Amino acid sequence: MRALVTAVYLFLYAPIALVVLFSFNAGRSAVQFTGFSADWYGKALSNVLLMDALKNSLLIAATSAILAVVFGTMAAMGLERLGARMRALFDGLLAAAIVVPGVVIGIATLVALVQLFDVLNPLLAGLWPGQEAPKLQLGYGSIIAAHGLFTMALVTMIVKARIASLGRDIVEASSDLYASPLTTFREIVLPQILPAVLAGFLLAFTFSFDDFIIAFFVAGSKTTLPIYIFASIRRGVTPEINAVATMVLGASLLMILIARFLMREKTTR
Amino acid sequence: MPLKPQTRHKLVTALLLGPAGLWLFFFLVLPFIAILVFSVGKRGPVGGYAPAFTFEQFANLGTRAAAFVNTLELAPVGAFSCLLVAYPVAYYLAVKVNPQRRLLLLSLVVAPFWTSLLMRTYAWMYLLGGRGIPHLLELVGIENVRLINTPGAVLLGIVYGYLPLMIMPIYVSLEKLDRKLLEASYDLGAKPIGTFFRVTLPLSLPGVMTGFALVTILLLGEYLIPQLLGGGKVFFIGNALVDLFLQSRNWPFGSAIAVTLVAVVVVILTIAMRLTWRIAGTRKVDLV
Repeated sequence: MRALVTAVYLFLYAPIALVVLFSFNAGRSAVQFTGFSADWYGKALSNVLLMDALKNSLLIAATSAILAVVFGTMAAMGLERLGARMRALFDGLLAAAIVVPGVVIGIATLVALVQLFDVLNPLLAGLWPGQEAPKLQLGYGSIIAAHGLFTMALVTMIVKARIASLGRDIVEASSDLYASPLTTFREIVLPQILPAVLAGFLLAFTFSFDDFIIAFFVAGSKTTLPIYIFASIRRGVTPEINAVATMVLGASLLMILIARFLMREKTTR
Repeated sequence: MPLKPQTRHKLVTALLLGPAGLWLFFFLVLPFIAILVFSVGKRGPVGGYAPAFTFEQFANLGTRAAAFVNTLELAPVGAFSCLLVAYPVAYYLAVKVNPQRRLLLLSLVVAPFWTSLLMRTYAWMYLLGGRGIPHLLELVGIENVRLINTPGAVLLGIVYGYLPLMIMPIYVSLEKLDRKLLEASYDLGAKPIGTFFRVTLPLSLPGVMTGFALVTILLLGEYLIPQLLGGGKVFFIGNALVDLFLQSRNWPFGSAIAVTLVAVVVVILTIAMRLTWRIAGTRKVDLV
């Protein structure tokens, strides 16, 4: 049994370890290690297109994660104030945002936004006082919107679970002592839900940063890191991609382990 | 003029839920209505969309039958393969391992799920591709081994990609299992094997169902694994959708496929929920 479980852990991590190992290979071979070198990292970091894609991905992930955390936390707090029917509707929509396949979210957002822009752009051109009216198009906004849909639902679920585990009595005690609702939130509720909120942020950021399929449909002319990597993989496997993969996997593994640590606190406290 | 407490309560609720509600409406409900409308429309003369009310697109689904067959075959087979590997790991983590090491081992199992699937699939592309394992085999004299771009490679990628998601719910249901039941079973003279099949396994079925349903549903919309490890030979619905939306630009037909995919997901989810409900009430799924 132990041996079997060890084998599964090896299965999970050996391919990643090999990718990391060969990112330091001096040669181009994928099986023969011909000497240690960090050249591929230098090459990756000085690749302008790659860095541009990385910058886009960081911007999109940070924005969508912040929006998801703020709106998701607000929603989690608002949900318990709703009547049963509205609450069921809201819960249903949030669940749908999580289970509908990413490929469908991407397509549906693409179809809806293209139609919407077709209607809005002529209107905007007509109403615009200046010469050149801004043109709505796919790009940062549409990726942020589509990523935010999934991550906001995710944050709502995580924070909701955390709020449910808090006693109502502590909040009531606070208001009995004449604390305003805002003070109660700042002094009582927020410190308690903070680990869940932070974990939600990290998961939302990682999801958006790693997502390929949704961005693939709604990115328009923008390139995110996964889209760039996908395109270069199709041209062939190189140690440069290994170097990028090592950095991406390392960063997201670290964030996930932090997120899990933050979420564990609820059981130890 | 101060607001009535009733009104104030409603106003605060609306403010709290407003942004999320608008987001859900504009980026979930509205897009879904859009593809529903497109799916009963017609293809325009230059490849765009022409308004219509016809089920022509759905009648044509047969032309992409291969993608549906592949997906509906490999998704459950993949989920089942995941299950076979996941169960012993979940069992070990929930029952055998000591609590101090459990958190670390559990984190190590879950963490990969949240890292880039593209990068993890790339790892196998790299290992199975010409300069990976086949090259290694050539060095020891075994020539012309083809690993990548086969259904087997896709299946391997699926198990690798979705194993963490299968382990989690099974672990949760095994961890909740009351140890007294196992002791009772032993006290009544059952052998370990008997106890496992008559007590442990039936009680972990809700977790198994949840894991199976989750993995199957995610696999139905999979694109990257068949694309990178199947090399266009093993075509999933997701690949057909990318083709129809980004290459051949037949949006009404693509929308019909997407709507059908959502319908399949809903059916599977309903069946899974009913079954789980029947077996042991509901169980929450711990995705992270």
